[in-house]
Amino acid sequence: MLPQARPPAAGQIARDRADYFNTNGRALSFQSLILDLQRFWADQGCVILQPYDIQVGAGTFHPATALRALGPEPWRAAYVQPSRRPTDGRYGENPNRVQQHYQLQVILKPAPADSQDLYLASLATIGIDAGLHDIRFVEDDWESPTLGAWGLGWEVWVDGMEVSQFTYFQQVGGIECDPVSTELTYGLERLAMYVQGVESMFDLDYNGASGPARVTYGQVFKRAEREFSAYNFELADTVRLVVHFADAETECQALVDRGLALPAYDQCLKASHLFNLLDARGAISVTERTAYILRVRALANACCEAWLAGPSSVD
Amino acid sequence: MSELLLELLSEEIPARMQPRAIEGLTGLLHDKLAAAQIPAESIRGYVTPRRLTVVAEGILAAQPDRTEERRGPRVGAPQPAIDGFLRSAGLAAVTECEIRPTDRGEFYFAVVNRPGRPAREVLPELIHGAMAELPWPKSMRYPASDLRWVRPLTSILFMLDGEVLPLPLDRVPVGRTTRGHRLLAPGEICVSNAADYLKRLRKAHVVLDQGCRTEMICKGLEAAVSAEGLSLKPDPALLAEVTGLVEFPVVLMGTIDADFMALPPEVLSTAMRAHQKYFSCLWPDGTPAPRFLFVANNVAVDRGRTIIAGNERVLRARLADARFFWDHDRRVPLKSRVEALKDRVFHAKLGSVYDKTERIAALSELLAGDVHGADPHLSRRATRLAKADLSTGMVGEFPELQGIMGRYYALHDGEDERVANAIADHYKPQGPYDFCPRAPESIVAALADKIDSLAAFFAIGEAPTGSRDPFALRRAAQGIIRLILENGLRVSLRAIFACAADALGPKYPDATGELLAFIADRLKVHLRGEGFGIVGGAKLTLLRHDLIAAVFALDEDDLVRLLARAAELAGFLATEEGTNLLVAYRRASNIVAIEERRDHRRYDHDVQRKLLREPEEFALAANLDLASDGAMRALAREEFDAAMGHLATLRRPVDEFFDRVTVNTEEPKLRENRLRLLSAIRATMNRVADFSQIEG
Repeated sequence: MLPQARPPAAGQIARDRADYFNTNGRALSFQSLILDLQRFWADQGCVILQPYDIQVGAGTFHPATALRALGPEPWRAAYVQPSRRPTDGRYGENPNRVQQHYQLQVILKPAPADSQDLYLASLATIGIDAGLHDIRFVEDDWESPTLGAWGLGWEVWVDGMEVSQFTYFQQVGGIECDPVSTELTYGLERLAMYVQGVESMFDLDYNGASGPARVTYGQVFKRAEREFSAYNFELADTVRLVVHFADAETECQALVDRGLALPAYDQCLKASHLFNLLDARGAISVTERTAYILRVRALANACCEAWLAGPSSVD
Repeated sequence: MSELLLELLSEEIPARMQPRAIEGLTGLLHDKLAAAQIPAESIRGYVTPRRLTVVAEGILAAQPDRTEERRGPRVGAPQPAIDGFLRSAGLAAVTECEIRPTDRGEFYFAVVNRPGRPAREVLPELIHGAMAELPWPKSMRYPASDLRWVRPLTSILFMLDGEVLPLPLDRVPVGRTTRGHRLLAPGEICVSNAADYLKRLRKAHVVLDQGCRTEMICKGLEAAVSAEGLSLKPDPALLAEVTGLVEFPVVLMGTIDADFMALPPEVLSTAMRAHQKYFSCLWPDGTPAPRFLFVANNVAVDRGRTIIAGNERVLRARLADARFFWDHDRRVPLKSRVEALKDRVFHAKLGSVYDKTERIAALSELLAGDVHGADPHLSRRATRLAKADLSTGMVGEFPELQGIMGRYYALHDGEDERVANAIADHYKPQGPYDFCPRAPESIVAALADKIDSLAAFFAIGEAPTGSRDPFALRRAAQGIIRLILENGLRVSLRAIFACAADALGPKYPDATGELLAFIADRLKVHLRGEGFGIVGGAKLTLLRHDLIAAVFALDEDDLVRLLARAAELAGFLATEEGTNLLVAYRRASNIVAIEERRDHRRYDHDVQRKLLREPEEFALAANLDLASDGAMRALAREEFDAAMGHLATLRRPVDEFFDRVTVNTEEPKLRENRLRLLSAIRATMNRVADFSQIEG
């Protein structure tokens, strides 16, 4: 009396759409998915940037978003950013949780009136067809206490799975965003798992090749997950981290005083990551935690003010 | 009579905000139309995730005409004054004015007929005003307009009898077009009037009426479960929420892998409900069935197969996580997790959660003595373990399962079932309608947890003020009241709070007095909310505030006795004896109060027998002794009614005393003694209830 036929996995359904598949007939590989999204956003007038070379917790922290969201100049950019979240590490043993994952970050300033339509079109380019799926914008307001930033928006659900964060920035570094920007953050592993129909991130087809040339996500990152989880949870020297934090803080303030917003912001990012590491080591009590967040936020606010005080970035 | 059609199309409005938004908007329009003298005969509001729509019918086409009269300058006034008046009144020549005599001479009068403005002229500013005033819990700026809104406005449909009206909203288009369902009919739709709008939206897969959407969802859910021989676990809050997430609801059913069905039902339903907004299904015997229902916002070309598969995958990942925690958590016994609570701050000024469990364990010993049938050892065990599940992976992932997981893990560890249940119950009741524990050890744990929270936060000066109650202490107090009253517990709150203060230690100030006053205050609120209290299973009829106050004033800290007394007081006052008692009390106490105020002193001392003169004085003093003695003995037996009966016998001697004896006599000693006698009556009666609090 219970239904028997389990519907086919998403990968199989997508197989009907040959244009989204590489020549081997498999679903979009992890890297193709990134390339396709970048191509899409390049066509929308975004500059395609590379990841920022400092550890950050989210793509928002990249100066191309955090700083460029401020001030009046129009700006469109897209880039992949590794997101480091030390507390989410599971030694590579949890199929859905890792201490480092990839985000594709898009910033559109000012926010175009058709932001949602553009986003839906970007999903269509990677084979998520609105005719087959249930795509929903579910309330989720974004806030970054360390960045002194907030915005209103949604998490985007595809068939019950959150695949993106969609935010209209209202404030960054305690400063009102004028004009308001659209920020899109795609969780790339999740999206790829969905498109490929795999249950574990480590099974993701990374390069779309077959036979000995085939590379999985696990082959690329599993060792890093094990080693960084051990470092984050067990070995990071908390005494030294506290010192590093204070050093970064001092350096940041000194650079702000000289009006060097970008080098100062690097130090702010370092302080933020050191705080995350201390948090993962359980070295911070609840009350201390608030104090640390406020210290990072003070740095972020100062950097943002220095950024705005400096010469226009588009000159 | 005109028809107004207004649709505010926006990006997705959070589901929780939709009902208030449409209520607010229709309310504002109603009021503003009335104030502008163009009231509507009917106003209907509709809300979906993307639109707020108002259809107002029977609007007056124009405001009624008004005649305005203005007095101008005196006849013969200087020409500039007359010219100025004409200009301001909008008249061309002085001949258009009337000349009227007044008691100060003849004056020019301008009589101007002001035709009412047509509705079409009034409406734009009126609608703009309503939009600006509509309160959103959170609103945002966006590039297209200066008007803050919950999410960016896409376009506005604004028509009066089919004619588009302007609305100054910067770059948000205003006109006769809208859009259908985001995925199913994304194109522009041009409408000519309200009926046309409703018809076209229906075709464009938008079920505009929120009630209709709820009904569609209900029918879909029912059809899906009955086809499988299952039933739906009712969930009105979830139903309301998903109604606000879809414009065209399509109910779909998914399957839960059999391997996950061994998880506790609460884990299943929490993972499904809180994170995924899925409905749970039940077998006919009420146990969870391996099916879930959800509401999609799309009619997919493959009849939803892809959507179902996707949702099943997401749920599988969530439940795999939950099962990992379930297996992992059970490897460590609950009792060895107690240590970890030392790292969990309860409040910066109140130590760790571990410290809190130590305090409630200490309290549980005293409380176990007060709760009939409670085993002190098991009660202590339960309170020690009550918070241990906070450090489990499952509660970390699903905080709403705190206590519930503690119960499962305790049972797994082989703890006594009473201990396990008390762990689950100790957070309860969470509000006026939540389950109130009845098992003895559960009552002890639930009381201890709440008593400690109240005592601790009051001790550090964190009592609730106004609308600020960050630690939910009012709810905790109500929990205490319900636990005591619904279980008929005979406890001295004073003793319990003293014990809680002991457990906190000497470095905190004792706040027992404040706490008792707080409980008294919450008791009044609780009784007002309920309309009755439940004492030992018996319902009391509505208790008057003043009666509670009259009994509470006696330092009564046993809530059961307090309510029993208040109820008896209510009954007694309704009888003739009750009237007698009140009259006697008031006659005696009024004059004492007046004289005490005048003399700036009190007359509390004992009556001196040798200063009694009149027979009525002797009689009253003797009757008072008798009545007092009888009343006190009755009180000791908790025979409150009888105690009041004794006091009521004083009516006659009090009346006779006032008829024959002059209180304010010339002889000061006699006067003082008579006041002392009356004061003694007041004092005796106040030991039974503070009758001065009684109104009416």
